Amino acid sequence: MSRLAERPANPSVGKPDPHESAAGHVTGHALYTDDISTARTDALTAWPVQAPHAHARVTAIRTEAATAVPGVVRVLTAADVPGVNDAGEGGDEPLFPAEVMYYGHPVCWVLGETPEAARIGSNAVEVDYEELDSLITVADAVAAGSYQGNHRVSRRGDPESALDEAAHVFSGEIETHAQEHFYLETHAALAYVDESDQLYVQSSTQNPSEAQVIVAQVLGLSSHEVTVQSLRMGGGFGGKETQPHGLAAVAALGTTLTGRPVRLRLNRNQDITITGKRPGFRMSWKAGFDDAGKLVGLKATMTPDGGWSLDLMEPVLSRALCHIDNAYWIPNIEVDGRTVKTHKTSHTAFRGFGGPQGIFLIEDVFGSSAPALGIDPAELRRRNFYQPGHTTPYGQPVRDCERMPAIWSQLRQESDFAARSAEVESFNAAHPHTKRALAITPLKFGISFNQTSMNQAGALVLVYKDGSVLINHGGTEMGQGLHTKMLQVAATALGLPRTAVRLAPTRTDKVPNTSATSASTGADLNGGAVKNACDQIRDRMADVAAGMLGVEPADVDFSGGMVSASGASGSGASRSGASSASSASNRELTFADVAHEANAKRVQLHAAGYYRTEGLQWDPETWTGTPFKYFAYGAAAAEVEVDGFTGAYRTRRVDIVQDAGDSLSPMIDVGQIEGAFVQGAGWLTLEDMRWDTSDGPTRGRLLTQSASTYKLPSFSEMPSELNVTLFDEAREDGAIYGSKAVGEPPLMLAFSVREALRQAVAAFGPAGRKAELAHPATPEAVFWALEAARDAARQPATDTTTPNPTLTGG
Amino acid sequence: MNEATVNGQQRALTGIGAHTTALDWLRSCGLTGAKEGCAEGECGACAVLVAQPAESGRSAESGQSVASGQSDGADGADQTQWASVNSCLIPAAALNGQEVVTSEGLGSPADLHPVQSQMAANGSSQCGYCTPGFACSMAAEFYRCGRAGEAADVDGERSTDGAVTDDGGKPADGAVPADGTVPDDEHGPNGFDLHALSGNLCRCTGYRPIRDAAFALGAPQDDDPLAARRRKPAPGPVATDITGDDGRFVRPATLGETLDLMAGNPDATVVAGATDFGVEVNQRGRRDPLLIAVDRIDELRTFEATDSHVEIGAALSLSEVERKLDGRLPLLEGMFPQFASRLIRNRATIGGNLGTGSPIGDAPPALLALGARIVLVSPAGEREVDLDGYFTGYRQTVRRDDELIKSVRIPLPVAPLTAFHKIAKRRFDDISSVAIAIAGEVADGVITRARIGIGGAAATPLRAHDTERALLGNPWNEATINEAAAVLGAEGTPMDDHRASAAYRQSMLAQALKKFHAENDETLEVSA
Repeated sequence: MSRLAERPANPSVGKPDPHESAAGHVTGHALYTDDISTARTDALTAWPVQAPHAHARVTAIRTEAATAVPGVVRVLTAADVPGVNDAGEGGDEPLFPAEVMYYGHPVCWVLGETPEAARIGSNAVEVDYEELDSLITVADAVAAGSYQGNHRVSRRGDPESALDEAAHVFSGEIETHAQEHFYLETHAALAYVDESDQLYVQSSTQNPSEAQVIVAQVLGLSSHEVTVQSLRMGGGFGGKETQPHGLAAVAALGTTLTGRPVRLRLNRNQDITITGKRPGFRMSWKAGFDDAGKLVGLKATMTPDGGWSLDLMEPVLSRALCHIDNAYWIPNIEVDGRTVKTHKTSHTAFRGFGGPQGIFLIEDVFGSSAPALGIDPAELRRRNFYQPGHTTPYGQPVRDCERMPAIWSQLRQESDFAARSAEVESFNAAHPHTKRALAITPLKFGISFNQTSMNQAGALVLVYKDGSVLINHGGTEMGQGLHTKMLQVAATALGLPRTAVRLAPTRTDKVPNTSATSASTGADLNGGAVKNACDQIRDRMADVAAGMLGVEPADVDFSGGMVSASGASGSGASRSGASSASSASNRELTFADVAHEANAKRVQLHAAGYYRTEGLQWDPETWTGTPFKYFAYGAAAAEVEVDGFTGAYRTRRVDIVQDAGDSLSPMIDVGQIEGAFVQGAGWLTLEDMRWDTSDGPTRGRLLTQSASTYKLPSFSEMPSELNVTLFDEAREDGAIYGSKAVGEPPLMLAFSVREALRQAVAAFGPAGRKAELAHPATPEAVFWALEAARDAARQPATDTTTPNPTLTGG
Repeated sequence: MNEATVNGQQRALTGIGAHTTALDWLRSCGLTGAKEGCAEGECGACAVLVAQPAESGRSAESGQSVASGQSDGADGADQTQWASVNSCLIPAAALNGQEVVTSEGLGSPADLHPVQSQMAANGSSQCGYCTPGFACSMAAEFYRCGRAGEAADVDGERSTDGAVTDDGGKPADGAVPADGTVPDDEHGPNGFDLHALSGNLCRCTGYRPIRDAAFALGAPQDDDPLAARRRKPAPGPVATDITGDDGRFVRPATLGETLDLMAGNPDATVVAGATDFGVEVNQRGRRDPLLIAVDRIDELRTFEATDSHVEIGAALSLSEVERKLDGRLPLLEGMFPQFASRLIRNRATIGGNLGTGSPIGDAPPALLALGARIVLVSPAGEREVDLDGYFTGYRQTVRRDDELIKSVRIPLPVAPLTAFHKIAKRRFDDISSVAIAIAGEVADGVITRARIGIGGAAATPLRAHDTERALLGNPWNEATINEAAAVLGAEGTPMDDHRASAAYRQSMLAQALKKFHAENDETLEVSA
């Protein structure tokens, strides 16, 4: 076992601790960015002027009427920018744009004494636009040849021949829609110049280091002149990986120009209309099976909608292409991926980061083909699992792939799958207007940033001479429990109870050059760095304690806040030789005793920790390598009930088995699994993002820009019964204390719900019919699908392999 | 002086205008537990508790009005209930003289409230941003009188129907809630009604740990100050007149003053629960010169049930109406849980739902199917109009500017077969694509009564007269239903929008009748 994965006796990691801020959350005492802002009564409020066109040239901005509004202090425009007028690192996201690239694009910002003054002022700014043609749908963009970023192809074997020779060939076309993050806390920033003349920005960001870079870039400053803090976020989900930084820069620009603190908080409408989303993907596929149901060849195209700027679309597409295999061996494959550029918000990271769309495609292949193949969908999926020795299409060995069938059979047993499938059948036979279905889907998800250079992290651990410990690391807290885990890691490494360790907010002046907290890597990377720092300090303290105890440093044990000779009654004692039983080695010292002594002996009690993930390699040109440190596995079984009159449905029961390695924090991990699952189910079934695609005056406007029009799962979508099991004996040797990442993978367990809906819909129609279901599978989409199934039952002669054109999304 | 009691402390209502929300005012006081998540009463991050008058009895005797003109403003009630509300929709000025409790007032990190300790222990928070609002909504249900496990009732007497708790504060096994609910998907063994949380959104947890916390709650302790507070009257309305840069907010003391003020200011905006108006203020920057608050006027808060009719005061909240009806009208009973959320129903009034004239309100189709009539009052006196014909165009009605909706009168007896079908993406807290309410009677296999109200199918709520004609006098069978369903599908002119396509709306109108038939035909079994 590696030292990284090895746990000492009685560790803090592995305990089901509640979130470190739970008491603050429930009482409202935990502060978020705009809570801090409300205490700054001297702060100005920044408010955007949003363009009412999807694509237009800004020909004039007149601010006189706005500045005449009582309480309006200033209007920020491109002319005010001393540095680079860009909100990103790619140079394609002008912060104050001369060309409007989407409906609602902020063209300038008003600073007011109050939110009301700033709002009224923003309405008074006069902007002249010259309207330009706009591309709203993927089809628009493809027709216009409007692409951005790399064109990538993932290929192995000879898919053309495989499809030619396959016994059964099916094809499909489907479009997944965008998903809004809908973190409950909208984007917010507070900027001011502090008492040391340092520009300070509190930002609700998953990536303080990039916020620092962008603020410095816009203001023409060096990084060391800007400090960014991310205290905590009210949800992130990837939506605060790149999107907050232009907003932080607006607040920072405002404060440098006015000398006043500037507060910026998007309201919900602004947040939804200004910031990017999970990209929609247009996908097509052609799949060949042999008579045994083995997938022999697949050709597919993926066309993500990147919106107006490239943002993170290249890595999103990479991850999509790297997850089209999910848990399945596909010997011959070619997937062609290219991102289109449209006049919409800049689509970006969202939990799963392309992985969900990749897996969507392959699960669509199996789910729609199974009935036509005459094979039970669960059995069809199982038959195609990776076997030991297999590699992914990009050439990485599928390590631990035997976990997949183990999880699968454990889940079938725990969910009583066979008996309940039989119950579903008899229920359906007795109920003409209501159908149930039980579906099971697998999951394999690669952990690490596809881009190797991002897989590094830092930490700062301070031990004070009273024995108290303060830790700082580069990861951000957005609700995922990272800080809780880091406290547990530090407590474990130093042999302390968790309460002896305190954590300070994430700041760029504590740990520099950090990667975004994303790609599920927060605990792996920062945990490695925290442990590294703690190990350095503990080794030094062990030297000091060895002297105090009269033993070798290697025999000093740190546990439960005490420092003692290891196995005082065992091997440790014997090694201390024939010295008397009353020797110092039987003494127990407190951690504080040793810290105090170490300080007196001039031994350093703080350390910078650093971690980089070893063994990664990736060649984007050949599309081969080992981009992932390991794979996380899981499976879910979901049972749904569909009302044949309306298409409305309920999720009756869900069972999940997820591989989280040896969990660092089981309550946190179960929470991540459940939350991701429900969020994934929202994406697949309920959340329905719509833009105005007409040629009318509001072309390109987002139609679902509020909580009343964009519906995320509420209590009524929670499965009536939800059982989550963490896969046992799951140590991951290459990660902190044997754990695995858990933030993103379980989102893709929600395919079990979509597949159950597909099966329930099919139960309204004749057997053997290719089963189509649009995305998202709203009650309306389910209704049209089951109407088609019922129609097919009335006309038994339909071609079972032709997709119904009304169901292929759009 | 204008002031409110927040977490037991008097606070002056200073620095507010007519449109300042309660949320913004509370946050400006440093109470930042309540958050803005959506600014339209959909997410509940802003939820707080307010002291509202509680009904003194479970239901009024037939023929006896429970309203009174008591000048202490206790609305006839001598007790208080803690109601959860969306502070983002309530004008701060409406809090004048009222009592509010926020998450900070429930407990502190060192001294958690029982709701807060259950939530903390169960992992009910992840990012924590929605959590203070959940805590408030959960606390309101924790203190709901009649909840099983809510051990001592308001009069301080032990419940006698078995709803007792064991020493651990957990409900005893097999306890039957005082309100008659039995544990199911939406009700815990402690009588906790999950609909109490239907207006709170969480994006992190998937809700299971929040449900577990809710279902693990026991009874308030004897020394719980908020439980004790219920035994005294709620604060009465306080006449208020606040003018800011953004307009004037007036809460008149009497109905007469209200009508006079309306007559003198034809452009005045009448506000009751402000659950619709507040959205306009927050989302569309609506600022009106004069707001007149009518939600606490005694004459608008009457409730009367006789053998011939039920009359519901326009300013009663939907929650109050639900409690006062106490299951008397199954059609409305079926509507209430689908009407927005508990947070909204605690403020939204039946008069407001009619007053906005929205074509997608949930109450109008139900009331149309019930043959309801509207009582309007003005300085010239009262008049009664049929709800069928009340709506004249998109958000237009026959109500004159000087008239106020006083009450809704529902004739009895109601047809024995009723149904309310709301078609939406989400079961809790959604806006309908279409809503269909049906009331009918079948005698000797023939349809003898049929009244159908529909919403979301045109610029106004509609009575489906053609469909009713296709049903009346015809046999109760599939042929009649299919023929009538085709007629119903063609009633109105539904449109395509982000909620649903026109084709789906049309289909759902027709399907509603088929489902109604299937559900009431014993040869077929249909689940929800």
